[in-house]
Amino acid sequence: MKTMQYLKNVVTLKLDSNSCTGCGMCAVVCPHAVFEMLNGKAHIVDINDCMECGACALNCRFDAIKVKSGVGCAAGILNGILNGTEPSCDCSGGSKTSCC
Amino acid sequence: MGTQINVQSLRPVTVTAPTVSSKLELSDLLGALKVRFGINRNNYIVKPGLYKVGKPDSQSDVLVSANYKLSFDVLRKKLDTLNVWILVVDTKGVNVWCAAGKGNFGTENVVKSIKNSSLEYIVKHRNIILPQLSASGVAAHKVKEQTGFRAVFGPVQAKDIKSFIEAGYKATPEMRKISFPAIERAKLIPVDFMYAKYKLLLILCGFFIFSGLDKTGFLFAKMLETSLYPLINITGAYVAGIVAAPLFLPWIPFRAFALKGTFWGLVLTILLYFLFEVPYIDGISMGLINISIASFMTMNFTGSSTYTSLSGVKKEMKWAVPFQIGFITLGLILFIYSKLV
Repeated sequence: MKTMQYLKNVVTLKLDSNSCTGCGMCAVVCPHAVFEMLNGKAHIVDINDCMECGACALNCRFDAIKVKSGVGCAAGILNGILNGTEPSCDCSGGSKTSCC
Repeated sequence: MGTQINVQSLRPVTVTAPTVSSKLELSDLLGALKVRFGINRNNYIVKPGLYKVGKPDSQSDVLVSANYKLSFDVLRKKLDTLNVWILVVDTKGVNVWCAAGKGNFGTENVVKSIKNSSLEYIVKHRNIILPQLSASGVAAHKVKEQTGFRAVFGPVQAKDIKSFIEAGYKATPEMRKISFPAIERAKLIPVDFMYAKYKLLLILCGFFIFSGLDKTGFLFAKMLETSLYPLINITGAYVAGIVAAPLFLPWIPFRAFALKGTFWGLVLTILLYFLFEVPYIDGISMGLINISIASFMTMNFTGSSTYTSLSGVKKEMKWAVPFQIGFITLGLILFIYSKLV
């Protein structure tokens, strides 16, 4: 088992191979190496590595990737429930390599 | 837009960008330490705009950064002897990744910074280098459409930026991946520790007073005599959830963070039960409370971790929060019951 992988079979990432032109941008921006390029198309290596940051979908100019992105932060989700809004991680700062 | 740029760029442009060093001063290091402990943390900013590192000219690379001083300092420190421009985007003093997630380090702000800094007159090339983690907020192709600048995503970490540039703007697969080593996890502990310090104090006070409950009413001596055990348990559970669980994050084989916390709450309970040799009802009541606290605190660490998804955390919380509330309620009832019999 990978030691830094979160819950299985839960992420909302979807890749539409028909719209994919193989530009490789998704593989560049993904911080968890979810995509690999094979025969001129992007492929998902292990979907459970995805943290739904949304970088791939935002940088896919062909709209081949869909993901319901957001910050996986329990405090943010609780804030959202208590304030009746979308999950919002309103703690700023942290180190450069991590969020909140 | 094309002709307009050509005409205007014939005019001489005076560049008055401030120069920053690639060396950090003592005050930068002390400032960083204070931020880690949450002192004036939301006001640790760099003025947005264009900065010089070394002696950049019209051919030099342009690196884009957040205006959180820790991000900016890490970047300039790693530049070493390079001569580059740093374009600091107004991210409201938030680090790259968080700001990208919230939209402050977004396409619109990057476009605005490029225009406000008159970058098109300062450099002759049409390239900028963005931090890779800004990609969840910045669409590179839209920056190009709106400014003419081709946005290239650099590596995840500033320490690799020099090799990235020297390799002809190419990142190795390792440079593209976010890691979460023990040292990075340890750096987050102080901030998380301060996060609920007042709530912790309040709960400790509550347990201190409730320790004096007795079937005859309230006994001051009993409060002093029996409060040590619950106070050590609760403080321990808080530390277990905030320190032990993050440090040993990859080695406790549950995926859900709430379960990682539960594990440490249980370990603590067993240790303290045998150390203090208390009646088993005390052990059970404090165990329930410990597990609830440690589990909740570790669950909150999902916000600091670099690999948890929104869908996953929501799924985890659906069962974890009811179980945490149930455990702490049951633990409290048992605790009070044990005092009154």
